[in-house]
Amino acid sequence: MSIVSALGHGQGGGGTSPAVAAPRRRARGGAYLLLAPGIAYLGLFFVIPVVALLVTSLYVPVPGGEVGQFAPAFEWRNYTAALATYWPQLVRSFAYAFVATVAALAIGYPMAYVIAVRARGRPFLQGLLLVLVIAPFFTSFILRTIAWKQILADESFVVSAIRAVGLLPPDGRLTATGFAVVAGLTYNFLPFMTLPIYANLERLDPRMLEAGADLYADGPTTFRRVTLPLSLPGVVSGTLLTFIPASGDFVNSVLLGNTSTTMIGQVVDSRFFKVSDYPTAAALSVVLMVAILVLVIAYVRRAGTEELL
Amino acid sequence: MAGPDARSGADLVLDRVTKEFAGVPAVDDLSLTVPAGSFFALLGPSGCGKTTTLRMVAGLERPSDGRILIGGDDVTHTRAHQRPVNTVFQSYALFPHLTVLENVAFGLRRRREPDPLGRARQALELVELPHLAERRPNQLSGGQQQRVALARAVVNNPAVLLLDEPLGALDLKLRRQMQVELKRIQTEVGLTFVHVTHDQEEAMTMADTVAVMNAGRIEQLGSPAELYEMPRTAFVANFLGQSNLLRGTVVENGGALVGVDVGGARVRVPAERAVRTSGDVLVGVRPEKLHLLRDGEAVPDDCNVVGPGRVTDVSFTGVSTQYQVEVPALGTLGVFVQNLLGGAAVGLGEQVRLACAVRHTFALDGDDDVASGVVALDESA
Repeated sequence: MSIVSALGHGQGGGGTSPAVAAPRRRARGGAYLLLAPGIAYLGLFFVIPVVALLVTSLYVPVPGGEVGQFAPAFEWRNYTAALATYWPQLVRSFAYAFVATVAALAIGYPMAYVIAVRARGRPFLQGLLLVLVIAPFFTSFILRTIAWKQILADESFVVSAIRAVGLLPPDGRLTATGFAVVAGLTYNFLPFMTLPIYANLERLDPRMLEAGADLYADGPTTFRRVTLPLSLPGVVSGTLLTFIPASGDFVNSVLLGNTSTTMIGQVVDSRFFKVSDYPTAAALSVVLMVAILVLVIAYVRRAGTEELL
Repeated sequence: MAGPDARSGADLVLDRVTKEFAGVPAVDDLSLTVPAGSFFALLGPSGCGKTTTLRMVAGLERPSDGRILIGGDDVTHTRAHQRPVNTVFQSYALFPHLTVLENVAFGLRRRREPDPLGRARQALELVELPHLAERRPNQLSGGQQQRVALARAVVNNPAVLLLDEPLGALDLKLRRQMQVELKRIQTEVGLTFVHVTHDQEEAMTMADTVAVMNAGRIEQLGSPAELYEMPRTAFVANFLGQSNLLRGTVVENGGALVGVDVGGARVRVPAERAVRTSGDVLVGVRPEKLHLLRDGEAVPDDCNVVGPGRVTDVSFTGVSTQYQVEVPALGTLGVFVQNLLGGAAVGLGEQVRLACAVRHTFALDGDDDVASGVVALDESA
């Protein structure tokens, strides 16, 4: 059981055909050969950078050196210092990512359900709705987030409308708030939630729903007892694909937030590029990576969807 | 509406039920009554509307017209989950995320019945699978899944239990075994079973009453023996077993026997076995009711005799030998002869006459299509 298998919830179909031994061995050799470019790519652009990151995170400043000059060392205190200073941003990142994931699930599941189940048998409508889900990818992530800045601006009709109905005090604002950051995260990662759930619900056997109805379950009960449990692998994939990038995101908090909504990605960015504090930036990156890994493993274990994958 | 705690084995009544899909009738003005506690089979070729009929009883399809009554209550406009009916689906439709035991307990839990797991275990004992209770459906064989699907339906003690080609996916041997098993379980629990199938042998083996369906209508309804011995349409005569159907014209009418001219030969049919007693008719006889008479062999009493004809094919099947006999002006007739004395008695190319007891002859409407209901090769398996 691994994250990878949780993400790839489609049928693996990894079984080799029951052929005689010799051709099978040859086929397996061929498979490794085909994997070689991928392994080389991952080695070059994933393993080496991660090792470099780990090494950098333990560097110390060169005594009397210039800004950005560091020497190799085993300075574990880089971690404690980074955590002591930036734990609020780290916690906030996970909190924002969590709320955004829950919101994306609340919005994305019904969308996926409508497209996969309600629009079933109407391929044109299904195709149209799917294109609408994917359409935001046709423009840049940054541009769309800047557009949100305008939508949520103090003088925008959205804010005045919300003020008018009393959901926001007359001097309340949406831009440059935690709400705006979470809204931006939710919006930007919504397709990553919707599509895996869609892919799962699309394979839902309508005969399961008939069996539920036949066994005295009304619509909502059939949904709760049959549809939802069967779609859990899609939900697990979608939440992972949303939560992981959202917790490391820095674009939304930069464009839609303020100084008190800073997320950990933003800290890493500024430590690295603005003040050239490479060891701290590297240490924070490692902490983020490990924390996400621990959270995700705990989540996948808890979801217990192994036998459905 | 029938209450959730329906009495087991209630009458099922379909009253002039019609179901149209996009204006095309799949079930056409169908009426039938299934008495409580009986094993009823809806038999017909694929596309005859039998599954649609079953789905309307289950509440999975809405009739375009007509009424459905269960135990006297009109359930036409109730939803599937409100009906005291359970279905064994052709695909079994077991829930893959639940254990076998939880699958069986599903209906009991929805109705908040006491001790769902205990009763589910009892139902698994009934289908002889108590040792698989904790498995997942995908860890079971097709035959085992079939039994679980049956247990999941039976455990709810439904007023009517619907079986949609439940044995269709099993291999021949397992199918025979499950036929016996199903009949045993039906007798044991005493529920009303409505079984949909295209397999005439399956229907005849298990059911008390068989309704033969064709093109959305019931062609004939009766006990298996009744349907077999006295078919009322060419479709039934051909679909249920095989028949020799010969075109003829009634030439003598009056009294207990009808005289029919069949290609120059005179054949007698009991009047009560004739659908019509004047004009054009189809004279029918089952292949096993025909006897081969060699030259000079005496004609038994009360027999119709045709021929002579030439034996064009002999195939030995162990229990019996099947002959094809070509009779001039009548066509080719099939004859099954039991191998009581061992081996084929008549050789290829021999001239024989064919005899059949008058009381085994039947007559159908001459407007019927001689070939209707003849099972195509790819369906006969």
